[in-house]
Amino acid sequence: MLPTPSTSHVSFDNVYEPAEDSFLLLDTLSSPSETAFLHEKFNNSSADHSEETTQNSSVPLVLEVGTGSGVVLAFVAANANAILGRKDLLTLGTDINNFACRASAKTVQTAITEAPNISSHGYFLGVVNADLTSSIRPASVDILIFNPPYVPTAELPSLSLHDDYNRISYENKTTIFERDSHLLSLSYAGGVDGMEITNKLLEQLPDILQPERGVAYILLCAQNKPNEVKERVRLWGSSWAVKTVGYSGKQAGWEKLQVIRIWKKPSLGDKCPIAGKDPSV
Amino acid sequence: MKILTLNFLTCARKACKAEPAAFPLHPRDAELEIVEAELNTEFLRNVLPRVEWEALRVVTEELGLPSLPNVAPEPDAIFPAASTAAAATANETPANPAPTQLLQDLHHLLLETTILSGKLVCGNCGHEYAVKEGIANFLLPSHLV
Ligand SMILES: C[S@@+](CC[C@H](N)C(=O)[O-])C[C@H]1O[C@@H](n2cnc3c(N)ncnc32)[C@H](O)[C@@H]1O
Ligand SMILES: [Zn+2]
Repeated sequence: MLPTPSTSHVSFDNVYEPAEDSFLLLDTLSSPSETAFLHEKFNNSSADHSEETTQNSSVPLVLEVGTGSGVVLAFVAANANAILGRKDLLTLGTDINNFACRASAKTVQTAITEAPNISSHGYFLGVVNADLTSSIRPASVDILIFNPPYVPTAELPSLSLHDDYNRISYENKTTIFERDSHLLSLSYAGGVDGMEITNKLLEQLPDILQPERGVAYILLCAQNKPNEVKERVRLWGSSWAVKTVGYSGKQAGWEKLQVIRIWKKPSLGDKCPIAGKDPSV
Repeated sequence: MKILTLNFLTCARKACKAEPAAFPLHPRDAELEIVEAELNTEFLRNVLPRVEWEALRVVTEELGLPSLPNVAPEPDAIFPAASTAAAATANETPANPAPTQLLQDLHHLLLETTILSGKLVCGNCGHEYAVKEGIANFLLPSHLV
């Protein structure tokens, strides 16, 4: 078992506290099947790499959307060698909640500093206060991780007062209780089928992932109708693949929570299907 | 946030997504912080292929930091020859030759310099994103989304 990063400095009054879903992501990312998959894609140590796989040697960028306490991103940053088979790694996070951004930045920074030298040279780019991947450069993300607000709710939290609630210095326009309940509701409320936020992220995925080696891990609960979600991803085309790679809490034959992996199958002939959008050309 | 972070960020407005002028975002009134770090040649070698040199050069200049060469240097110009050969087989060579000036500059720029506060300005629409205590705010008022 790899160590779970410390989040003891985080105030869980307005930041999501690591729970079963967070731990399922940690377990999945460090499971034998996923580390084998990720080693194959990203490790750069094997001497037999020929010319055309030199791409493997550039540092992968891991983006976690909705970092919350930062426990997941910190885990990957501090255990890069065990998870990816390489020590170097760029880590970046986004969260809509400013308090979560601060908390997770500290969690990741601490985990990297305390990680034994053999396990990581994780390089932390920072956490930005943003809506999903809206401020991230297209085609840049190698590994995207998202534990979304997935609970079905009648409606999504209104963002009309988000600016006020999101301020670190309390300005007395609203009560602290209102502020904290607003920020916490953003961490779980998912609207219709609990999928409204996740659907937006899925829409952004093809643009944001690195076109050749990009892979995404997304957590779903049973009410999200995971099979339908996977069917929809398959409609993106034959260059995409999707698979359930972790689950927990079996109830009457149903997995309560699961993690799906969505990835680009290595293309042989057609090099870059969205070449027109690749900003690096 | 790091200087290198600007390599992976762009204006959050939909209308700017496809516009070349929206990248890189331009730092303004930036307050920097320097935190010393150990030189990590292996990391720098692997990160350079991911660096958009021109964007990094522009941002470095705008921050008033020592300027980078106009064109991305070849690895040989950055990494002392002995360590280049050794890196293929071993992670660390104990007897590394003295690091080049360029390597030291890149180390300082990429690993030791962070942006604490200021603004990031989109070159396409002019929108300013505030950075406070190292965290950039990319949330847009609803009429701009
Ligand atoms: C279920 S919590 C997961 C937190 C953490 N990653 C973990 O696994 O413990 C969901 C997180 O997503 C964030 N979030 C919700 N909507 C978001 C959005 N539109 N953009 C970015 N982050 C969002 C919430 O603030 C919250 O921190
Ligand atoms: Zn713009």
